[in-house]
Amino acid sequence: MPTLTIDGKEVTVAQGTTVLQACEVAGVEVPRFCYHERLSIAGNCRMCLVEQEKAPKPIASCAMPAADNMVIHTNTPQVKKAREGVMEFLLINHPLDCPICDQGGECDLQDQSIAYGKGASRFHENKRAVKEKYMGPLIKTVMTRCIHCTRCVRFAEEVAGVEEIGAIGRGEHMEITTYLEQAMTSELSGNVIDLCPVGALTSKPYAFTARSWELEKVESVDVHDAVGSNIRVDFRGKEVMRVLPRLNEDINQEWISDKTRFAYDGLKRNRLDRPYVRENGKLREATWAEAFAAIAARVNGLPGGKIAAIAGDLADLEAMAALKDLMANLGSANIDCRQDGAKLDASVRASYLFNSTIAGIDKADALLIVGSNPRIEAPIINARIRQRWLNGGFRIGVIGERPELTYDYDYLGAGPGTLGEVASGGHSFADVLRGAKNPMIIVGQGALTRADGAAVLAAAREIAETYGMIGEGWNGFNVLHTAASRVGGLDLGFVPGEGGLDVGGILAGAESGAVEVVYLLHADELDTSKLDKAFVIYQGSHGDNGVKHADVILPGAAYTEKNATWINTEGRVQLGNRAVFPPGDAREDWTIIRALSEVLTGGKLPYDNLGALRRRIAAALPHATAVDDIVSAEWGSFGEAGPLGDAPFASTVTQHYLTNPICRASYTMAECHAVIEPAHEGTGTHG
Amino acid sequence: MSGVHAAPFVQPASFEFTPESLEQVNRHIAKYPKGRQQSAVMPLLDIAQRQNGGWLPEAAIRVIGELLGMPYIRVYEVASFYTMYNLVPVGRHFVQVCTTTPCWLRGSDQVMDACRQSLGVRNGQTSADGQFTLLEVECLGACVNAPMMQIGDDFYEDLDADSTRRILDDLKAGRAPTPGPQIDRVNAAPVGGPTTLKETA
Repeated sequence: MPTLTIDGKEVTVAQGTTVLQACEVAGVEVPRFCYHERLSIAGNCRMCLVEQEKAPKPIASCAMPAADNMVIHTNTPQVKKAREGVMEFLLINHPLDCPICDQGGECDLQDQSIAYGKGASRFHENKRAVKEKYMGPLIKTVMTRCIHCTRCVRFAEEVAGVEEIGAIGRGEHMEITTYLEQAMTSELSGNVIDLCPVGALTSKPYAFTARSWELEKVESVDVHDAVGSNIRVDFRGKEVMRVLPRLNEDINQEWISDKTRFAYDGLKRNRLDRPYVRENGKLREATWAEAFAAIAARVNGLPGGKIAAIAGDLADLEAMAALKDLMANLGSANIDCRQDGAKLDASVRASYLFNSTIAGIDKADALLIVGSNPRIEAPIINARIRQRWLNGGFRIGVIGERPELTYDYDYLGAGPGTLGEVASGGHSFADVLRGAKNPMIIVGQGALTRADGAAVLAAAREIAETYGMIGEGWNGFNVLHTAASRVGGLDLGFVPGEGGLDVGGILAGAESGAVEVVYLLHADELDTSKLDKAFVIYQGSHGDNGVKHADVILPGAAYTEKNATWINTEGRVQLGNRAVFPPGDAREDWTIIRALSEVLTGGKLPYDNLGALRRRIAAALPHATAVDDIVSAEWGSFGEAGPLGDAPFASTVTQHYLTNPICRASYTMAECHAVIEPAHEGTGTHG
Repeated sequence: MSGVHAAPFVQPASFEFTPESLEQVNRHIAKYPKGRQQSAVMPLLDIAQRQNGGWLPEAAIRVIGELLGMPYIRVYEVASFYTMYNLVPVGRHFVQVCTTTPCWLRGSDQVMDACRQSLGVRNGQTSADGQFTLLEVECLGACVNAPMMQIGDDFYEDLDADSTRRILDDLKAGRAPTPGPQIDRVNAAPVGGPTTLKETA
């Protein structure tokens, strides 16, 4: 524990801390470009120079380990002069195009030049010009602005795990590029935009659409996967202009996936902005009253058993709670939130959570992945696994597909047979799990949405119990969800009640006529052709798959347009906040259900505002009030031991960029799908 | 990346080491401990360049990347960093004339002029018959024998316009000019023979 003096203040820091970090502990700000706390140290920008007593010249604080009795000065004339010199060098070739640069207003170079820049240049020579580089549909480059900090190179190599960016040439001719200017094939590539301290790498979809200071900002959570990445939604007027990550060490650190960052243009297209009613086989625009009347005419008088409801991937907790209450009032037990038909057991909470937590991956020392491709199902979790793997002592086994992950793994087998072998101890990977202190298993939806899903779940539980994954302070049993709504739905018990039908039963019933009314709440990932005969009420934000056979369409809100609760795959309760209002006549989802309940006989719901609804949820679900927290779940018995099938596991996500109605409406995601997914051809990640 | 201006050319779609090259390749790879094969990247690039007539096609970068388990961009970074690797085609005789200060003071301008006139090309160009590429380069480390030029693997030193023309004419005629100092001097010894340490014990 070295103790050093920084600007006259004594601080004691952990062994291995750098002088720059020690300065931060002492509350002293040190300017920097290349240094980033989540990347390796490069020490090439020289902006962080400080003075160390007894050292002959200024030292680069980012690369200097803090040592005992060091005396550091950061505010001497020498330090200021040194930094001004560095800044002058950086600005030799940096263009003065801030007024037309998208980074303007949030640029490290711009900010730091205020403190360390000279008023005028002493150089008369031409600035160097560098050709723009193509890096894919997401990253816009203006390489003349590049100051060669190599943050993007290090990010691609270390965090994203795709070594595709590099610095070619040397000296003045050094240029940052991807190999042969191909698109970067990472699901996390957008983060280089945030990392770039200047305007060399900026967002292509956001280019020239807004200046950072004219945007309003709302803190929210992402719903494109079940990770619940913390985001900041930047909007202007009624338009979402961009989405940025928000720091949360327990979930997404400071990264977000490209889908989270760039799918926002899907919020503006293909929207349902008014109710529709089907008349004579054609949908026509209608008023809310007409839409409700059409539903009342069909539903009132119908026995509850003939009514069913399915909650999809983008349904928020409040809407599901309201719909569940409504269905109960109507006497229906036919409700299900497991739109994909996963054989998850809602009665044991630990059976469907990512129990180890995302941050808990850091503590694990062996991992078995079953029927999941974390790289495309949850890129943030995949990056966390990679981070753990890079630290060493982390064996990973995969059962299922053989995807190109960003870490090495032992491929154990394709199907349930291998899972059985591991469970019974007959497989060599069993020894790895046995020898581990904190082993963990990740079960993907690909292993659970099958006919033998319950048996797979039981086998996974057996593995967890056999190999000491369940212990004091450690629960290594993890289910990786792909839908933001799923854990919330299961927590609420949005599953068939006594004698009720599940998703498969509802679809079959709709086909046979046993179910006459189906209520789809943001449910699009279904075989809707089976709903042909039934009276379908679709409530959602986009005219996507779910509206094809809809008889009444109720326009709901997308995640940026409502105050809603989301529970991520870990079981962490998070609040999403409204940035803009829903378009046209669209409304927040729970209010639609509340208003509809009024016209349905015996359906009336007893809450008139969000607070009352949340109190109602909290009564049934005490942990829903523990916002941003995880209430750990009790272990129990779940799954049904039974015969395992032979079919190999396959990830449920085949087209990473097109998993929900918002992405499917997004041009940016369509382009990513066209440009980046073929790059994964043959690795099991293409559709 | 050298400063050779190539006329439009086609990158070969594939590259393969010949059995002889592969033998050398394996010898270099074997020098490094397991898991550290990437250390062999520079000799491998050189072998590929020699096999391919003096320049390194993109396909070779990929082949070497595969061979050493290196991402392509990492191999490309190395290949583009060092000026000794040519990423565009060069002539059979790659003439590099040093024009850094010591050579320049000793008359590298005349050497360069002689090359231009003799070969009919300008700096960075390749002659129409594909025999010669002329390039001005920075210091090649033979300042004591300035001015000098490198053709292929050989240094030709203590040049003037005449000796430069003679060397190039020899090459054009298919003769092999003698490398080293082109005046009366042995290696880097003084002109006209040693001036000290003349007696051997």
